[in-house]
Formats: sequence, C-alpha cells, structure tokens
Amino acid sequence: MNLSMRWLKEFVTLDDMPMRDFTEAMTMSGSKVEGWETEGSEINNVIVGKVLSLEKHPDSDHMWITQIDTGSGEPVQIVTGAQNLKVGDIVPVAMDNSLLPGGKKIKKGKLRGVESNGMLCSLSELGLTKHDFPYAIEDGIFVIQEQCALGEPICKAIGFDDTKVEFEITSNRPDCFSVIGLAREAAATFHKSFSVHAPAVKAGHGSCADMLDVKVEAPDLCSIYSARIVKNVRVKPSPRWMRERLRAMGVRPINNIVDITNYVMLEYGQPMHSFDLRFIEEGKIRVRRAKDGESITTLDGVEHKLTVKNLVIADANKPIAIAGVMGGEYSGIVDDTTTIVFESACFNGASVRTTARDQGMRTDASSRYEKGLDPNNCLPALERACELVELLDAGDVLDDKIVDDHSSKERRRIQLDAEWINRFLDIQLSADEMKAILSKLECEFDGDDILVPTFRPDLQHKADIAEEIARFYGYNRIPGTALGGGAQGKYSERQKFEHTINDTMLALGASEIMTYSFISPKYYDKILMPANSPLRKSITISNPLGEDTSIMRTTALPSMLEVLSRNYNNRNADACLFELASEYLPTSEDKLPIEKTKLIVGMYGNQSDYFTVKGMAEQILEKLCVYGWEIEAAFEETSYHPGRCAVLSIEGNRLGIIGEIHPKVAENYGISDRVYCFSLDVDMMYEYAKTEKTYTPLPKFPAVTRDLALLCEDSTPVLTLEKAIVRGAGNLLEKIKLFDVYKGEQIDSTKKSVAFSIILRSGDSTLTDERIAATMKKIMKELEKAGAILRS
Amino acid sequence: MKQELEAIREKAMRELDEAKGQQILENLRIKYLGKKGELTSILKQMGGLSAEERPKIGQLANEVRAFIEADLVKRAAELKEEETLKRLEKEKIDVTLPGVRRELGAKHPLSIELDAIKEIFVGMGFEIVEGPEVEYDYYNFEALNIPKDHPARDTQDTFYINDNILLRTQTSPVQVRVMEKQKPPIRIISPGRVYRSDAVDATHSPLFHQIEGLVVDKGITFADLKGTLETFVKRMYGEDSVVRFRPHHFPFTEPSAEVDVQCFNCHGEGCRLCKGEGWIEILGCGMVHPKVLSNCGIDPEIYSGFALGMGLERVVMRKYNIDDLRLFYENDVRFLKQF
Repeated sequence: MNLSMRWLKEFVTLDDMPMRDFTEAMTMSGSKVEGWETEGSEINNVIVGKVLSLEKHPDSDHMWITQIDTGSGEPVQIVTGAQNLKVGDIVPVAMDNSLLPGGKKIKKGKLRGVESNGMLCSLSELGLTKHDFPYAIEDGIFVIQEQCALGEPICKAIGFDDTKVEFEITSNRPDCFSVIGLAREAAATFHKSFSVHAPAVKAGHGSCADMLDVKVEAPDLCSIYSARIVKNVRVKPSPRWMRERLRAMGVRPINNIVDITNYVMLEYGQPMHSFDLRFIEEGKIRVRRAKDGESITTLDGVEHKLTVKNLVIADANKPIAIAGVMGGEYSGIVDDTTTIVFESACFNGASVRTTARDQGMRTDASSRYEKGLDPNNCLPALERACELVELLDAGDVLDDKIVDDHSSKERRRIQLDAEWINRFLDIQLSADEMKAILSKLECEFDGDDILVPTFRPDLQHKADIAEEIARFYGYNRIPGTALGGGAQGKYSERQKFEHTINDTMLALGASEIMTYSFISPKYYDKILMPANSPLRKSITISNPLGEDTSIMRTTALPSMLEVLSRNYNNRNADACLFELASEYLPTSEDKLPIEKTKLIVGMYGNQSDYFTVKGMAEQILEKLCVYGWEIEAAFEETSYHPGRCAVLSIEGNRLGIIGEIHPKVAENYGISDRVYCFSLDVDMMYEYAKTEKTYTPLPKFPAVTRDLALLCEDSTPVLTLEKAIVRGAGNLLEKIKLFDVYKGEQIDSTKKSVAFSIILRSGDSTLTDERIAATMKKIMKELEKAGAILRS
Repeated sequence: MKQELEAIREKAMRELDEAKGQQILENLRIKYLGKKGELTSILKQMGGLSAEERPKIGQLANEVRAFIEADLVKRAAELKEEETLKRLEKEKIDVTLPGVRRELGAKHPLSIELDAIKEIFVGMGFEIVEGPEVEYDYYNFEALNIPKDHPARDTQDTFYINDNILLRTQTSPVQVRVMEKQKPPIRIISPGRVYRSDAVDATHSPLFHQIEGLVVDKGITFADLKGTLETFVKRMYGEDSVVRFRPHHFPFTEPSAEVDVQCFNCHGEGCRLCKGEGWIEILGCGMVHPKVLSNCGIDPEIYSGFALGMGLERVVMRKYNIDDLRLFYENDVRFLKQF
C-alpha cells in the first residue's frame, strides 16, 4: 500500500521531521514501512522558463534556436528539435549541469555549431505521462499550463514533489488499506489529533426514488448495499490535485468519475463502483446469488460462467457485476453516459475471496473485501464520492440515497482486564493509561467494557487488546526475562542415532546432500521401475507447480541419481554423496502416508567399485551396532546391475540394497561412468541397533592362524564358505580373513580357488595342537558339505 | 712379551681407529679378543713365564684387553652415530610436498546451521520434536486459527493432496500435535521441511526448512519471549548483536512480532545488505493465541505461551553470503565442500 504524505497530512498534523524518523516510528508501532521515495528526487536544476523567441537553426531543417527567460534577467539560449513551441510558452528547462530521471545528465554544448545551454523537456523526460497532464502532448516539449513563477524548480511548480511511502499492511488490518486508516495509526503513533471531515452533499437535483429499486436478496453475503444517482454527468479529466494524489498512490488517473471512485477507495478503503443507469434493466438492483448457468462478461472482456456460490449484482434480468470483484462490460462509464449509479456496499469477505479465486481474477476491490470490510464505512464513502462529484462539477447529485442495510450497528465488547494484560506483557500500566491508548484507536468505553470500533474486526479477545497496548507502549520498552523452571534440553535417542549416521558417513568420505521430496512420475521410468511396482503408487499433489514436482517420492533413488548426474555434467571428476531422505508411502485416501527415513548413498569416480559401497554399508552397520544381517545376491532389482546387486535383510525383513546402478539407468541420467548406490532403512536399523555395549576382556591366551586354500564351484558365493567355517570353528573362531580368490590356469574353468586365514583363539587356555587339528577337521567337514575341497 | 703386548695395543688402536662399519669392528674383536685371537694366543704363552713375571705380564695383558674392549665400545658408538647421521642425511625429503589426504565428507550448509540452532535451543532447555510433512489441513491451518477462506491462507500458497490433506506450509502443526498430547510445561523446537507453491528462483523454493519453537507453561509472558529470543540472537550472531521487536501479525499468535537484528554490515546506517533499512528481519514470533491453546485442549486462563519461527535457508544465505537459494538443492560437490 502506497501512501501520499501530502494526503496523510490532511487528516493528521505531523511535526516536521526527517522521513526516516517518520518511517521508523510507524514501523515500530506496527505499520511496517517497506520504503519511501520523494517524487522527482532524481530531478535537479530543472526550472520553469518562458520561450522569448524561436529562430530556425541555420544548419538544420528541424532544429530551433530558442531564447528562454528563466527569471534571472539574462535569457538562456537553448537549441531544441521540438516542433510544438511558440513564443510565450512556459516550459521545463534543464539547465547546464542538471539531472533527469534515470541518472541522465544535461550539460551545455554545441548542436551543429550553435551553443545550447541546456535542454527543454518533454513529459517523459521528466518521468511523467499524459495521464499526469492530460492537456500536454507526448511527443513534444511539455508546455505547462499551471500557475507558476519563472525560475521555480519544476517539481514544485507542477506538484511533482509529494513523498510516497510504501507500507506492508498485514491481513488483519483491512482498515489500514486506506489513507484514513494510516492517518489514525500515525496520530496514535505521534500523539497527534486526528480528524476526518464529514462529507456534505448539497444535492438538490430531484428525487431518485422512482428511478432505482435496490434489494439485497442474500443478506448473509451483503450486509449493506447503498447507492446514489448522479445525472448530467460531465466526464472530463480530474483536477491536478486529485491526479497528483492518485499518482502518488500508484493509481493512473483516467477521468473524473473513475478517479472519484478510486480516490474514495484509497481514502476510505471502501471499494466503489459506478453503473451507467441505462444498462440497469427496469432500474432494479438485486444483490443475489448467481443462478447456475448464468454468465457475465466483465469489463476486461472475459466471459465468466457463474455458479450459485457467486454473489452478483443483477438487474431485473441478468447479472451486471460480480459483487466485490468486477463490473460487467456494460456497467462502465462511456462517452455518452449521462446518469450513473454509485454503489457502496459491504460484501462477505470469504464469499468474495472464493468467487475471485474460482473466477481467476483478483482485483483491487476483491483483495480489500476478502479481508473483511466495515459496513459502517459504506455510507460515509458514498457521501464522500457525491461530495467530490459536486466539488469537481462532474454531475448533478440527486437528493436521496438508496440503502438496504442488514448490518449490525452493535460494537463488540471486550472487558478491559488491565491486571491480566500487565501480567501477560510484564508491564505496569494503569487501566486509565490503557484506556488513553485505546481511545486513540477510537475504542470507547462502557464501564470496564471496551467498545471496539466496527472497522477493527481483528480485536476479539483480551490478547488482541494486549497487542494494541504493547505496540503503542512500545515493544522495545518491555523487558526481556529468562525462562524460569529447570527444563532439561536434550536430543532423543533416535535423533542421536541419526547424528551418528551423519557423522559416520562424513567420516567415510561421503558428503551430505538435500533434495526435493517431490519428483516427476516419469522418474520411475528413468530408474526402470517395473510398471506393476507398488512403489509407483505415490501421493499426488493436486495443484503442483509442474510435473517435475508433482508426486511425493516413494524412493529416494531418483533424487540421488539426479544429483549425481548434475555433478557428472558439471564435470566433477568424482562424487560420493549421502542423504537421510524421506520416502512417502501412501496408505489410504483419507489417511496420512507413512514417512520413512532412508539412508541413501551414491557415488561415481574415485576408483570406486561395488566393494567400496559394500564396505561403506558394512561399516555404517557396524558403527550403528546393527548385527545379524544377511546378504544375498539380487538379480531382479531393475534399477541395478543384475550381476552386481545384493539385498540386505534382518530376520527376514528387507534392510536395504547395495549395488551398481544398471548401465541403462545410468545412461538415462547421462552418466557414462559406473554408479554405485546403497540404501538402508533407518527405522529398521534403529530397531535392531544394539544400544547397550559391555566390555569383553582382552584375550589372555595366544591366537593361532591357519591358512586354507580351497577349491569350489565358481558360482559358490564366498559367503557360503564363510558360513561353513563359522559353523565348523564354533566358539574358537576369532576372525576369518579372505586373502585370495583365483581363477585361471591350473584350475578347471568352472572352479575357483579361495584362500582364507582363519584365526582361532580360546578364552580359557592356550590351544593345543590336538585341539587345533580337531577344529580344522570340523571346519573342513563343513566346507566339504558346502562344496569346497582343499586345494592340493 | 711385554713388547708384544704393547705392539698389540698399538696395532689394535690404529686398526680400530681406521675401522669403517660394524662388521669390520666385529672382525677386529675376533682378531684380537677371540678364542684364537692375538691377545689370547699371547696369553697362552704365559705358562712359559717365570713366577715373578707372570703376574706383571698378566696384569698388563688384562690392561690391554680392557683397553681394546673399551676402544671397541667407543668405536662402535662412534660408528653408529656416523651411520645414523648418514641415514638421516640420505632420508631427507621435501617436507613441503602435499600431504596424502583421506577423503572427508562435507556436511550440508543447511545441516551445519540447523545443528548450531538446535544446539542453542537444547542449551536453553528445549527438546526437538519432528512431525509429518504430509499433514492434515486441521493441524496445519484450522487448529492454528486459520479457518478455511481465511485470507492468511493466500500468503501461504499451499500444495494440496486432497481437501483435507496437504503438504505442511509450516512446522507449527508439530506444535499442535505436541500440545494435544503433552501437558505443559512444554518447551520444544520443531525443525523440518515445509512446502509452498513458489516457483523456483534465486530467492524462492517450493521446499524449504523452518525451525519453530513453542513454550507453554503457567505465567509465560511477553518478556519471557523477548528474553529467550534475545539470548538466542546473541548466541547465534554474537554477544554485541542489537535486536528489536517489531509488531506484526500472525493468525496463531497475539501479540505478534517480527525480530530484526541490526545490520551486521552497516550497524544500522543502512546499506545494500539490509536494503537501506539498517535492520535485517530474522524471525517471527508472538504469544500463542488463546484460541490455539484452547483448540489443543490447554486452558488459556491457566497457561500461556510463546511461539517463534524462522526460515533456515535465509539464515544460511546471510551467514555465508550465498546469493542463490537453488545451490542448496543442486548439491554440486564444489559448493558442498566449501563449508
């Protein structure tokens, strides 16, 4: 919301103060200033001059040599290319060393050999348009028709020197979307008196009772509808003062009637509308719900299909405006309009909001209505509009106003509980001091009851009153105290568990990433997810920004691959990344999905291979004390290389997956390097993590190491042999170390040689040769059962 | 024999002096002191000496032996020292060559700052609570005093799943869930992902992180809110930070405030960083609206509380001078490794 300082000062007398002090104080009392600017502040040393003479430039067929009187006695010679000047014209003169908007500098110089000591300016060179000065032409020098003195700075002379302040108005304060509302706040902020003049309409041009019949048929959606008729409308430009104010507020002047409606809306915060009476069939105005199937073409030429949810202003037969949003195409003021109806009404905010949203058109009026306007503001605004019509001689106002009022005049009562407020805010003000603050905001009192003005629908509870007291007492005068009570802050066990995952992954050399939780359904194709996979059933966003962010991921794999791909394309030679990522698994339609946390790790480059990721997975599981997991080759995980993928499980539940990404998937992501990933279910790891540790004494007796070179089928997993060794060695086994896997010459091509170091140790004695031999025999027996023999 | 012994001593001394290397030294030891060594063979001739001479020669022989032994030890030490010096000289390297590094992972900048913020609040007695991101409309809006058709819903452009389920636009629903379940005193922060339908650009993202806080107890005042947040800001931005509380509006708090910290760059003068305002807005807060308390089954006549909320991305962008929010979600390792 822009505010003209000049307009503001019509309602509140402010001491002269630097703008910075004004904006600071307003901000601190709750009307936040986003910025401010003085019009024409970019213009310097541009003054009013009068054309004394015009003479053709000897060396140009279009330039003129002018002598300009700038009031200094000595005429100034300026060469101009404009063709619209005549002797005696009053013009803006940019003198030598002057500044124009956009940082343009004017210096004296020679134009085709003739000295020119400045420049005569057009409207646009001053940053203005024809809307600001309708009498001026666009392509020529701005010939000024204002009362002004020669030599006067141009901005002052043409009233282009107002200061406009931009406020951020919060949604609870529709009253502050107006000059009057902000003036009230300013008066309370600076302890000044505030006065709004009561509009007075002379009228005297006859009765309108038989010309217009107004009826509110939906009083739940329209608490008051008021109207007044103006005949013999004289459409012309508005006077300069009105145009200046509209401009300062960021509204383009159009003509006197349109300008009056805008002016009143800005001043009172009450949207106004004007209808051409000719187009109101039978002179009947009906405020009613639209009928299903009805439609209207609005002022902007767009046709809208209406439903019973939309409130309309209708005549005897059809809608002529969408209430509070926009008028119909024939409702506007045209050149031959003679009689108009001014509308000032209060529509239900929620209803306007829904309609504006459904019809896809938010307007200045609708955005005001939807915040909830004061029904008691309608009549003063209507009167103000008619007063301005008379002031501007824009038409003849008829005598009576037509009102259908269903609004409550009752003011809300809130008990002034000074003690509670003092305790709540930790301040000490007397009830009278509080009343003094509230009076400034036009609250009245009935004993201990505060009578809240109807323009403040936000004041409903004593906490709301506390805020009013706090903001004018000064938020920053309230002390700061430390919280009492001895609360113990802490992280939950689960949070600590996740911290451990993060720290361990970082230590293992993986960098943390953060990715969007929503993806495109196409990403499932990209990772070759089977068409019938249950993971394709995702939570779908009904109003997504685009397809790429339209569903909640059921797997974090595409997000990881996306990031790896981006790094690969950015020519980062290697990447090793992880994320604690959420996956969203739908349950039933009206229930929330299950949000699962997964640890997902991805890498390429850096000589990584399958065993690099597997090692990482093993280490994180070890660090988290998750034991007893099983691993099995997986051939049918479609995102992964069928020969290089394993599934981890624990007690038959799937814990995670490790593997090389399928080359086709990598290709889909534009990565020609090998990509490795693993993913572990954090919830399950947490469930199985052994949290309590006990100390095992360091061994007292020596260990023995025996090496075994075995021969088995190439297809036998090493894990099978390891398990056999575990079974055979029993509790003497300390460790198995694989040290060689060999295939090639000297061995049958269907076989492989596998070599282990087996470390045995007993906790209660030094192992004897006999015991070792017996154990090795048991191990060999198990190994043979598993299909391995000693390599001779 | 005496001369012979003297000669041996002389010779041994000379040879030991010239010996280079431990092996030569060992050979000399055998040569002189070994079972078949020169000294030994002389001593074997002692039998032929007179009883008078024998002790004298014996003593001399012992002296020579002791002398050679001592000289051997001394020479050995000398040689070892020489060898050590030689080895050290040979092993000289260019110590300025780069070290061999193990790859360390980099923590995401959002994580780094989020952890720092959590740490501060945990230190002030807060617990950390998380909740669902896909949330019921009730928890995200209605319980927070934002009924359907409330204009505040416009400022939080929401992604809907259906009429009742949405992607949370704030982490406040977590607070509602806590209040429903837990009796005061409550002192929590709820960090997490939130969603708003803003198209991606340098300063907007449809997904970002918020940290919200909630305190509910008997007798919590606006002054407690101020004191707590002042402490937070000083821990976060330094003891000399200047803070101000500015009235604002949130539907779920009353009174509401935004907290500004004086611009670190210009100290309030106004500069490009603070867009000329001299202050930088860092968080929103307020006293929990009595309606919100009663919606959650907490009697506002007995209890009061305050809530606060801040956006993580903005905090991190300011801290590291990052000018494009997209970098956080692009995860280029060259970006990640900078923090």
